[in-house]
Amino acid sequence: MERVEAPEEAPSSDGHTVVNPHESEALLVVERATKFFGPVKALVNGSITLYPGEAHALLGENGAGKSTLVKILAGVHSADGGYITLDGVAVKFSNPIDAREAGISVIYQEPTLFPDLSIAENIFMGRQPLRSGKRIDRSEMLRRAEDVFVRLGVPLEPSRLARGLSVADQQIVEIAKAISFNAKIIIMDEPTAALTEVEVQRLFDVVATLRAQGAAIMFISHRLEEVFAMCQRVTIMRDGAFVKTSTIDDISIDDIIYSMVGRDIVSLYGEHSRTPGVTVLDVEHLTREGVFTDITFSVRAGEIVALAGLVGAGRTEVARGIFGIDKLDAGTVTMAGQRIKTGSPLQAMNAGIGFVPEDRRQQGLVMQMAIDRNASLASIARLSHLGIIRQASERKLASEWAARLQLKFGRFSNPVMTLSGGNQQKVVLAKWLARQPRLLIIDEPTRGIDIGTKAEVHRLLGELVEQGIAVLMISSEMPEVLGVADRILVLHEGRLAAEFSRDEASEALIMRAAAGQMKAVAS
Amino acid sequence: MATTTAGSTFVTKILRFRELAIVVAIVLVFALTYLKNSSFASTASIQQMLSGPSIIIMLAVGETLVIVTRNVDLSVGSVLGLSAYLVGDLFVHYPHMPVAVALLVGLLIGLVCGVVNGAIVAYARVPALVVTLGMLYIIRGIDAIVVNGVQIQPSQIPQSFVNLGSGSLIGIPYLFWIAAVAVAIVGYVMRTFRPARDLYAIGSNPEAAILAGVRVPRRVFSAFAISGALAGLGGALWLAEFATVASTAGSGYELNVVAAVVVGGVAIFGGSGTILGAALGALLLNTIDQALVASRVSSFWNQAVAGILLLVAIAFDRYVSLRAEKILRVEGAHRDNA
Repeated sequence: MERVEAPEEAPSSDGHTVVNPHESEALLVVERATKFFGPVKALVNGSITLYPGEAHALLGENGAGKSTLVKILAGVHSADGGYITLDGVAVKFSNPIDAREAGISVIYQEPTLFPDLSIAENIFMGRQPLRSGKRIDRSEMLRRAEDVFVRLGVPLEPSRLARGLSVADQQIVEIAKAISFNAKIIIMDEPTAALTEVEVQRLFDVVATLRAQGAAIMFISHRLEEVFAMCQRVTIMRDGAFVKTSTIDDISIDDIIYSMVGRDIVSLYGEHSRTPGVTVLDVEHLTREGVFTDITFSVRAGEIVALAGLVGAGRTEVARGIFGIDKLDAGTVTMAGQRIKTGSPLQAMNAGIGFVPEDRRQQGLVMQMAIDRNASLASIARLSHLGIIRQASERKLASEWAARLQLKFGRFSNPVMTLSGGNQQKVVLAKWLARQPRLLIIDEPTRGIDIGTKAEVHRLLGELVEQGIAVLMISSEMPEVLGVADRILVLHEGRLAAEFSRDEASEALIMRAAAGQMKAVAS
Repeated sequence: MATTTAGSTFVTKILRFRELAIVVAIVLVFALTYLKNSSFASTASIQQMLSGPSIIIMLAVGETLVIVTRNVDLSVGSVLGLSAYLVGDLFVHYPHMPVAVALLVGLLIGLVCGVVNGAIVAYARVPALVVTLGMLYIIRGIDAIVVNGVQIQPSQIPQSFVNLGSGSLIGIPYLFWIAAVAVAIVGYVMRTFRPARDLYAIGSNPEAAILAGVRVPRRVFSAFAISGALAGLGGALWLAEFATVASTAGSGYELNVVAAVVVGGVAIFGGSGTILGAALGALLLNTIDQALVASRVSSFWNQAVAGILLLVAIAFDRYVSLRAEKILRVEGAHRDNA
């Protein structure tokens, strides 16, 4: 990589280096912004001030109004009240183009790519570089996209179609898009949710460079350690309203959590020790060409095994292979001593495997369908008589699990998309738990879920293994891996690189194994 | 990086290959039929093979714009019929109307219909399937009323205009030239200009298009307007080709057009496909049609063959996308190794 420079020292175009927020004029001021959707108050008092050169975290639980505030700044929604000033001038955006032209660029939580178009065109849609006669200059477009990727230090090919990109790569394309605007304000709505630590580190470098150039970053994340590593100030919201703004040095994690949830959370991860029982899952020599090779491990009843590794290391793919979604080229899967036919999710389900996928919206739920229907989806055979689904049993199953998982919802007949991320995840869990699985595979269990619910999901997983279920968890969040798992398997480039017990595992060891440095001396 | 490029070129190759596959199919059909019936390669037969699909090609060009945006225009056959009749009627009253004016009038009639379609779909947000199906019947009804049993007769159309439909330049029919020019221009535009790329964006991911600041309603509206205009122009050309117009002119054309577009590799759910592909699709369907006639196969087979081709085209696309996915997957793994 040619670009090796300490971003903090990178000179900006107008001469000054890192700006101290309080010495300069505010770049963006949002004061008491409100937004109603019918009778629903999505935003009661949205207030935040951004200075040039700062990375400013916007924190709050899901439903605190962060996304609404972001969409107002992006020109997607227009505020019903309050005011916004940009460089001291009052502004109002009526569409995304207004916001973009004012210098605000947004990276959304859900990637918004065009699968049929090239990566370069995804980045430059609507503002492709032109040559004479307003014709699109394709080679210039590819060159500029390449430039952005060099800046980001990622090897993505700009002429490739966006179709088939992994979630992490999609997120990287989104970041490239935002950077290519040379925006004054870059809003990142959970940009790191799908990224691994290495990619996050790269993102930090990019953010530092952007700050040095005088841009302001608004950073939304549920990972507080990232907030502390990257941001200078934080603003906290709760229930659609501003709670407080503080510099990062004057606030502790406990303060932040208290302000976000309005109550104390003693500890995110409790201490625990478990004694695992008999072996439930045995996989041997699993291979899917080009994806993973010779994977052998087992999971016992009453333990949580984490699959760690970088994005692209093949973690999700191994899980999909075990559950039979993707075909295997070699290897066997054995459940409780019985070999199961691979390549068939139905066989896997019948053998007692439940699979909670990474992408709730696309793979875990039918978003427009009612809560109870979603919860019963995997148990339909059991709930129907002569092929006709009995709605009463469906409702009964849903209410049972809603109570056990403490689901917060309006009515069972509401579409699942009306729930918050955490509660959606509970519905996916309910769907599989209702089948009383012996093994639950869960991919990124708390991705995009607020801290309060996160702890609840972790507690639930703990309860499940207490009851003797085996859990195979995939997670990109190091604290989650270290805090929840009893054993940690690390994948590197589709191969098992290391295995650690809970006691011997540390962040440094896992990262070293994930980066393929297990045998080499750490530099 | 090298492997990444290799994977991408595979995908690009397949996309080009898609058009090449149609060309190969056309050549194959032609060759096989020639072996059976050597008169299939006569000048007259080849001219027919080029002029026959020309009007469908015009309509397919417009239809591609609409389908790429994840919509569909089912009214093109009716629009063609209405335009053909009204232009013919104008000749009845003004026999000395210049050819260019006649074509322009046809285009404008179609434009009006397309504007109505586009406005309802893009701004009133009614699904295109419903809107254009409604327009299909409405315009057909209007057609029946204006025609009122009085057909346009060849004697009423000036020779200069009929020549346009039957004459040729360096052995290639005028009609085909016109269609080819339309394909060349629109094909170039679709690759080269921002508003045209917006159409692909809309069809590929409508939500993302809005977030990217694409003026979705305006673009969808334009696609329908252009589709209508080309169908109207096609109507005028129909008049030139056949010189006789009944109220049923162009009935069922919309399905031939959609079939041609899909066989030509335009994704029915939008986002991808080329003008050239759509045109080749029309050419292929027509060539098969004529090949069956020349081989004295019952005409009942025509539609069955068209249907089979449609299914083959869709199955082929599905296969290619699965295959491409696998290639990208392996390539992705290599990238991580690099």
